[in-house]
Amino acid sequence: MELQRLRVVFRTALELPDNAAVDSLEYRGIEKWDSLAHMSLVAAIEDEFGVMLDTDEVIDLSSFDRARQILEKHGVVLLAD
Amino acid sequence: MLTDVFTRTQPEKEERLRGELVELLGHHRRHCPPYARILDALDQDGEPATLADLPWLPVRLFKTRKLSSVPDDEVIRVLTSSGTTGEVSRIHLDRAAAATQSRMLARTLGTVLGPRRLPMIVVDRSGVVGDRRSYSARGAGALGMVNFGRDHLWLLDADDRPDVAALKEFLGRHGDSPFLVFGFTFMVWRYLYEVARDHGLDLSQGILVHSGGWKKLVDQAVDNAEFRRRLGADTGLTRIHNFYGMVEQIGTVFLEGPEGGSLYCPDFADVIVRDPVTWREAPIGTPGVIEVLSTLPTSYPGNVLLTEDLGVVHGVDDGHWPGKRFSVLGRLPRAEARGCSDTYVGGRS
Repeated sequence: MELQRLRVVFRTALELPDNAAVDSLEYRGIEKWDSLAHMSLVAAIEDEFGVMLDTDEVIDLSSFDRARQILEKHGVVLLAD
Repeated sequence: MLTDVFTRTQPEKEERLRGELVELLGHHRRHCPPYARILDALDQDGEPATLADLPWLPVRLFKTRKLSSVPDDEVIRVLTSSGTTGEVSRIHLDRAAAATQSRMLARTLGTVLGPRRLPMIVVDRSGVVGDRRSYSARGAGALGMVNFGRDHLWLLDADDRPDVAALKEFLGRHGDSPFLVFGFTFMVWRYLYEVARDHGLDLSQGILVHSGGWKKLVDQAVDNAEFRRRLGADTGLTRIHNFYGMVEQIGTVFLEGPEGGSLYCPDFADVIVRDPVTWREAPIGTPGVIEVLSTLPTSYPGNVLLTEDLGVVHGVDDGHWPGKRFSVLGRLPRAEARGCSDTYVGGRS
């Protein structure tokens, strides 16, 4: 699967512009990624990739990179384009 | 019930905590000049021999002073708890402290919730967290809990009326397997218990986590025992865990055990109940002022705090989990009146 799908999920859930760079985003690193948006992001990731994240993973999901790693743990490997 | 944070007997805990807290207090002394001046003024000699010898700060000091042990540019969150007189505690968290507090809160509540996120009923309205800039402390409390759930139902509508149809729909979808309920104690009573009772709804698969104190239920003669009894009898809800915590020790919660009636201290925290006249530790069974100790505060000197709450220790190493078990009895009479849901994790009614 393409990493682009995760980028789109981030942009949509965090209400960022279509071309926003998200690969280096960190939780609370931008105003829009606050704890409320975090829940939308988690729900959006779960919907898009058909996974269920545990509480630990929701708390651990502190960056775009970590999201990618957590998805990998769930068997969703995202390839960079 | 498996746990990894309610494991240590009181002697083990005290030995370990004493060393860790001495270290942390030294750290704050070196990095927070106002705190160093307070300790200097106390003029304590030598290494504290017991946890009770550690110097405590009155919790309200965080309302009048900026007490932070990290440079301003490393602070990523400033938490506030509002009191009704407008005085506000300000708690400064750096990235490490913020991460630790949410992780340890998760491990503590994970003891009763398990690792999976359960379908969740929040006994509040979604608007309570809607305004991201200025959400109330009540909103912050709910927000801190939503990580533990999924498919959230916000039970109240914009006018604070319970949405019975949505509740029935939620129970139709999720009511046959464990689900999580979170709310402030009096709101759970008023908006969930009474509605479920009147509509004959089955909450027997629920796990309720609640906080905020009993003050608003006093006129209905509802205390912890009655709360548990009636929820069980009228709705089937028996897995009920009250908790006690405060924004000044964010991430640390003292959790009611499955048997009900006692709050327990996680391994990284403890309580001491003090006689308000002599300030000596009160004997088991004797009420006094609650001091809370926790190793979680690393970015501000909040490790050893004298609260404005009254409590009583019921026993030590004789309950469902090891360590002290205790109850909160209410606010100190002279303490500032605070709305019970206007505080971060409540417990300070």
